Amino acid sequence: MTAIRFRLNDADFAEDVAPRLSLADLLRERHNLTATHLGCEHGVCGACTVLVDGMPARACLMLAAACDDRQIHSLEGLRDDPVIAALRDSFHRRHAVQCGFCTPGMLISARDLIQRGRAGSEAEIRAGLAGNLCRCTGYTNIVSAIAEAAQTVAAQGKAA
Amino acid sequence: MKPAAFDYARPRSLSEALELLARPNVDARVIAGGQSLVAMMNLRVASPGLLVDIARLPDLGSATEEDSTVFYGACVTHAMIEDRIGPDPSNGLMPKVAETLAYRAVRNRGTIGGSLALADPAAEWPCVLAALDATAIIEGWNGKKAVACRDFVTGIYETRLAAGEILTAIWVPKLSPEARWGYVKLARKSGEFALSLVVAVRDPARGYARVVLGATDGPPLILEATSRLCGRGRAEPAAAREAVAADLARAADRQFDAFRHSLHATAALRALTQATEAAA
Repeated sequence: MTAIRFRLNDADFAEDVAPRLSLADLLRERHNLTATHLGCEHGVCGACTVLVDGMPARACLMLAAACDDRQIHSLEGLRDDPVIAALRDSFHRRHAVQCGFCTPGMLISARDLIQRGRAGSEAEIRAGLAGNLCRCTGYTNIVSAIAEAAQTVAAQGKAA
Repeated sequence: MKPAAFDYARPRSLSEALELLARPNVDARVIAGGQSLVAMMNLRVASPGLLVDIARLPDLGSATEEDSTVFYGACVTHAMIEDRIGPDPSNGLMPKVAETLAYRAVRNRGTIGGSLALADPAAEWPCVLAALDATAIIEGWNGKKAVACRDFVTGIYETRLAAGEILTAIWVPKLSPEARWGYVKLARKSGEFALSLVVAVRDPARGYARVVLGATDGPPLILEATSRLCGRGRAEPAAAREAVAADLARAADRQFDAFRHSLHATAALRALTQATEAAA
């Protein structure tokens, strides 16, 4: 077992983990944070994308043991995040959720695209979403919802 | 799937890491970003006995600049290169490459040294670093050695790294300001591994030109005739086609079917054109 201390959704934890435990299983099995979905478990589908030290990462490719001293946010911890709020609203109104399996990873990646200023055009958003698979193939609505949220966030930035 | 059980250690220094790797009868492997290794472990195509995590070792995580060289710690991430955090020796080639490599969530963790050390035949960095005439720095118990990146990869997932050694850094010589490059990655989907990959670098001020082909089911392949042509500047299309065809024909150890042959030739010609176009 490996002893780790980490910050998860803005609360501190200290736990012993088996080296083979992934961050995704740490979140899902120990903390009941089931927004983090596991699709492929080898880094291709993007459904398990979470934030590690503020940057998107595949929770299936991250060992829990390597999360010592790191700050983790799963989608549950971003409830009050303004960019996630804009995305939640636009995903809802534009019907960007079909079965919902890819949605948590889509939201985390979309938030990162907007924050890095990489959601300026449809082509840019599509390229930025290459690492998040939607097998309902609802990309059209997802892309337009992200474009709308990017505009909303930009307008909020100007108003502020 | 889940990986088979293994032990995990996060040493605080390079010497501690080397000590862990030297333990007898332990199938120890170095892990940096883990973006390929953990996937391989999840698929159970790799099952090391001990992982030695070097991702946060001091000095391995940043890039520094000297007169004619940029010195990359092995654990500099693809995203740091993409975002131009630190110096760029390559007139924009390396940031461009980083941007085309896998997906942002992977680039945030995956490292340049990890990519080179794993030596996936379709990976970007082994080709790019060979094309830039970079040097890999390897450290082990008996000291430090430098290996030219063009010789570092010896086969499919095979390199000059011996058991117990760690790739700690990569030196990349700076291109002159007027140097040009071409980079063509052919893949069906953004972020996928390449079906063909060509990097062409032309630096007349240093008398240097090299064109390297990747994704050939072997180590990066230096296209010698194409490189010579690249060094001479803009080529006639017929001469360019001839040089590329000759280079592909000489690569007798690789098996190109008609489809791959055509992709490689197309990628090489496009990269050559990019590298020899007049500056905008």
